[in-house]
Amino acid sequence: MSEKNLDNPLIIAGTTYTSRLLVGTGKYKDNEETRLALEASGAEIITIAIRRTNIGQNPDEPNLLDALPLDKYTLLPNTAGCYNVDDAVRTCKLARELLGGHKLVKLEVLGDEKTLFPDAIQTLKAAQILVDDGFDVMVYTNDDPLIAKELENIGCVAVMPLAAPIGSGLGIRNPYNILTIIENANVPILVDAGVGTASDAAIAMELGCDGILMNTAIAAAQQPVLMASAMRKAIEGGREAFIAGRMPKKRFASASSPIEGTFF
Amino acid sequence: MTTIILNGESKKISSDTTIEQLLLGLGLENKRLAVEVNQDIIPRSHFVSHTLTELDQVEIVQAIGGG
Repeated sequence: MSEKNLDNPLIIAGTTYTSRLLVGTGKYKDNEETRLALEASGAEIITIAIRRTNIGQNPDEPNLLDALPLDKYTLLPNTAGCYNVDDAVRTCKLARELLGGHKLVKLEVLGDEKTLFPDAIQTLKAAQILVDDGFDVMVYTNDDPLIAKELENIGCVAVMPLAAPIGSGLGIRNPYNILTIIENANVPILVDAGVGTASDAAIAMELGCDGILMNTAIAAAQQPVLMASAMRKAIEGGREAFIAGRMPKKRFASASSPIEGTFF
Repeated sequence: MTTIILNGESKKISSDTTIEQLLLGLGLENKRLAVEVNQDIIPRSHFVSHTLTELDQVEIVQAIGGG
């Protein structure tokens, strides 16, 4: 294979990853389905949420972290459900304590319950605080190229624009903005949220995204484990197509068989 | 007795209860969790020495599935 055919690995905060699919662990039927879907996805980075422990209920209730083979995964605690800087920063600090000094976090500061769109202003503020505190911040943002670049400038280790609202499955709604964000970036750009099915993932990868983070597209499929496998293939296929470089589009046909040598 | 606010709900505990004793009483010893008292994170190594006082806001959190 020539040098040109070789892909660069995905490197986030100094760690190299083979898989470009990052998956969430929410909305599955049970811990076993989560485990099987993660395995089928080939993901190496998985997101988790931080929530209150149920007090007074069954203390032996299986804990997600006990149900997963943690040696296989890099955990990415998120700040889902946070609508302001303080809650997001507090959640990251609790995650760091919970996971024994873990630095990698997914920052999301939401602005609106209906759309779950990120609040760009508060996201920028929280990102600055977390970076200053030594966190490796992968940040969820909207598809605004200016905000994405600013988050990179602050020192986020990856910028993750949405493709469509969280959990909507609407696909890549603004491919040109995603493309602009990718072209401007010096850190990995991952599409986070909005992917609905395998073709959406392939489209994002063909644009040149470094990876995709998804949850609902797998967990809410009729067969989550099979969809996890489909997403893995779509992302690998889309990435290879991006590296290969697609043919130019033409309005009219161009015969694939030679015209010369016909005997009729 | 001392009243604390544990995960948003009021709870009566013996005076001078440490975090370690609280967790033990809840069946949560040796679980993967993090503890905050009045929004300050208490490192695991301090569970044995940190004593809870009247109206302390205690949060016990863990990892759950999320995207």
